[in-house]
Amino acid sequence: MTLLDVKNLHTSYGKVDVLAGVSFEVEPGETYALVGESGSGKTTVIRAIAGLAPAQQGSVKFDGREIRGASERELRPLRKDIAMMFQDPVGSLSPRLTIRSLITEPYRIQGMRQRDLDAEAKRLLEMVNLPAHFADRYPYQLSGGQARRVGVARALALEPKLILADEPTAGLDVSVQGELLNLMNDLRERLGLAMVIITHNLNVVRHVADRMGIMYLGRLVEEGDTETIFADPRHPYTHCLLSANPEPDPDARLERIALKGEPPSLLKRPQGCEFRERCPFAKPICTTVPPWEVENGHGLRCLSPMKAGQAA
Amino acid sequence: MSDTLLQIDNLGVDYETARGDLKALRDITFDVNRGEIVGIVGESGCGKSTLISSILRLTAPNTRFRQGEIRFKGQDLLPLSERRMRALRGEDISIVFQDPMQTHNPVLTIGQQMLDIQHRSKASKAEKRARAAKMLGAVGIPDPEARLDQFPHEFSGGMRQRIAIAMALMSEPDLLIADEPTTALDATLEVQIIERLQELQQQFDCAILFISHHLGVIAELCDRVVVMYAGAVIESGDVREIFHNPKHPYTRRLIDCDPGHIKTRARVLPTIPGEVPDLANLPEGCIFRDRCDQALPCCAHQVPPLTQLQEGHRAACWLNHEEVSA
Repeated sequence: MTLLDVKNLHTSYGKVDVLAGVSFEVEPGETYALVGESGSGKTTVIRAIAGLAPAQQGSVKFDGREIRGASERELRPLRKDIAMMFQDPVGSLSPRLTIRSLITEPYRIQGMRQRDLDAEAKRLLEMVNLPAHFADRYPYQLSGGQARRVGVARALALEPKLILADEPTAGLDVSVQGELLNLMNDLRERLGLAMVIITHNLNVVRHVADRMGIMYLGRLVEEGDTETIFADPRHPYTHCLLSANPEPDPDARLERIALKGEPPSLLKRPQGCEFRERCPFAKPICTTVPPWEVENGHGLRCLSPMKAGQAA
Repeated sequence: MSDTLLQIDNLGVDYETARGDLKALRDITFDVNRGEIVGIVGESGCGKSTLISSILRLTAPNTRFRQGEIRFKGQDLLPLSERRMRALRGEDISIVFQDPMQTHNPVLTIGQQMLDIQHRSKASKAEKRARAAKMLGAVGIPDPEARLDQFPHEFSGGMRQRIAIAMALMSEPDLLIADEPTTALDATLEVQIIERLQELQQQFDCAILFISHHLGVIAELCDRVVVMYAGAVIESGDVREIFHNPKHPYTRRLIDCDPGHIKTRARVLPTIPGEVPDLANLPEGCIFRDRCDQALPCCAHQVPPLTQLQEGHRAACWLNHEEVSA
């Protein structure tokens, strides 16, 4: 059964429609990546799923149960199953608590004090490859990579079924980034976790995600298997994103399609296709609103898509 | 031989701490020529930031310059008076910082801030304003005249970083230091910024010292690369040499770690196990030895010198010394 089923999710702050109908599904054990420019609504999607941001319309089903609009009281037991990893690794840890308190806090919140918290702390630290004596440290004594690991430990404490990870590798050095992704991949296989990962590092997406969705102005514009999308992006926006990926090779001369201009304001959404004004391939037909069409599991919102192989 | 703009020679910088002296930079030697883009790569804690703040002499109070020289246009900056240093900053050497969201004063308009930084110019206010608008246009801000009256929060992150670049280039400096200017931005904006920097560098003919841990950006933008590890230069050379023919195991493994290199999906990504050594308590011998998979017996007790291997390519590793590694 589908673990997470998001349908037509809308979030508005006043007149600003941050999410204008987002739908996707995540199966148990699957990793789904949300990709897009800053301001495209990625973080709002996962915050709305976790009940940390409002969602005025649509549905979020977790394990078959509707959880959109659930009260704090109804959400509390669910938070055992849905864990968050926040974007800022140090900022998301209280500076006045020791690492032991921080990673065992989920047990206290869930009323599981009867557990041997010292032993749990030790087990969790071991799981994320941190030495046991780190339990007595404070967040300021950790490096960025270590703080991320504490974030992972905290997210894993209650053995969730789903992890929502907001930019889990932003700001990390490449070698540490590799370690963290390996750790997450390993835990996912061992514990059968499903994950929704937000990142704008496309190199990361390729190695961790089974499927990916590309967001633009609060909507998905393309969705499909990661490998298919990398090999054959159909939406011009996806193509621009993929080509804006600097290669670690000075001789790589990319056929880069530059993205023109800035993302439009959410207060003045363009008519027709919302990407039209920045699109290098826009045609007259693009003044009509493109429908969401799915073919062989590959979803697309574009009336003038790239042809297969055009991206190569 | 093109002429040298910045010459760093045997620079040694310590931080005095309660635990003893932290040897943040040791024997740093490299040059930046006029009109050249030099990249500095290295992981957190390798001394990149100490290096930049040393060049600008904007260092923390516990910083001690132990040895070496930083020569800018032939003149050593370290003994200069604060007054002369101040005249140099922003005029001959400018900097673009990492976080575009915190670079600008939030309560002043962009125009006001761009006027303020022209305080040395004798031009009229209207002329300064016109120059500011022209600079904003040059970094691709649409409708620059009107946008001068807006506040920083009215611009997106990518625009703010472009404004920071415009401000840094206002005085037409000879050297622009860019400290991870794209780290806080997403990939599409990153590309916009590096393309813009390339154009402006041509237009203004300034040298750029570009600090980044993003190898893709370095490969695309820079002419030469300096690789740092734990406060030392371990390799430097032409960008192609560094990426295609790295001569230090750290450089090689750093490049291997970049997931951008691995085109098919990998279950396990390469890493560099181990930790950077404690700079207050340096190990004997090569600083990378504990993490190196090719360490030789001599690496344990002798620091490998930064040796010229061929024109412009230097590395500090015993593996390049036949008499030792044979």
